[in-house]
Amino acid sequence: MNGPVPIAYYLALAAILFCIGICAFLIKRNIITIFMSIELMLNAVNLTFVAFAHEWHQLSGQIFVFFVMVVAAAEAAVGLAIIIAVFRSRETLNVDQINLMKS
Amino acid sequence: MHLALFILFAMLCVGGALNLVLQRHPINSALSLIVVMTSLAVLYLLLGAEFLAAAQVIVYSGAIMVLFVFVIMLLNAGEEDRTRGSRAAYAAGIPGVAALLGVFGYVFLSHPQQFGNARLGGFLVTTSDLSTLLFRDLLLPFEVTSVLILVAILGAVVLARKES
Repeated sequence: MNGPVPIAYYLALAAILFCIGICAFLIKRNIITIFMSIELMLNAVNLTFVAFAHEWHQLSGQIFVFFVMVVAAAEAAVGLAIIIAVFRSRETLNVDQINLMKS
Repeated sequence: MHLALFILFAMLCVGGALNLVLQRHPINSALSLIVVMTSLAVLYLLLGAEFLAAAQVIVYSGAIMVLFVFVIMLLNAGEEDRTRGSRAAYAAGIPGVAALLGVFGYVFLSHPQQFGNARLGGFLVTTSDLSTLLFRDLLLPFEVTSVLILVAILGAVVLARKES
């Protein structure tokens, strides 16, 4: 149990998390949970960046993760404000009932 | 030790992510997402990214998830209804995800050694390394980020304001 861990295991874990995020995005009907699955996908990509930064001994991978975190924080603030605005006008969080633009 | 910690926290990550999909109530999904993000912080530590591990806990499992939980409670979100989603999304999405996972699994795990190994302490990025790069070479992107945050705050305030 003391040996090194192949980077490939980290990449596989990130791929699994990303695919679970896509599944949650497709299956969930609550708009807040859909937004959370986007955050899960962003986290999976961040893990890939950190793993490759470790492999190539480069700092730029970690800088990328830093900027992704900043953008994710800004995106979460704006997205949740939009969700609050949608809930005020439509009184629902179910994405099937938010269908004003469907012909 | 490294492998044991990796397996433990990888299981926590996958378990939390699956729980996010399976739970009906948004607050349970949010709490399991916090588990995923905190375990990811431990994995960052194993990969030698100490600053990012701290930032992950503070920004993601702290700030962003508090915002999510706050909005869930503000909107009094109940259990979601199990309505059928778009049929095209299921028909194209689920096989697509399975194919993606298959391709990634084959590429990463058929020859696991091609990507090299991660050793504990093999590549340790200290906060001073990162800040030297950030404040010397990448000063302009860093400053532009502050404008982005400002615009996001203004947008959030304008969007969430009650219309009079």
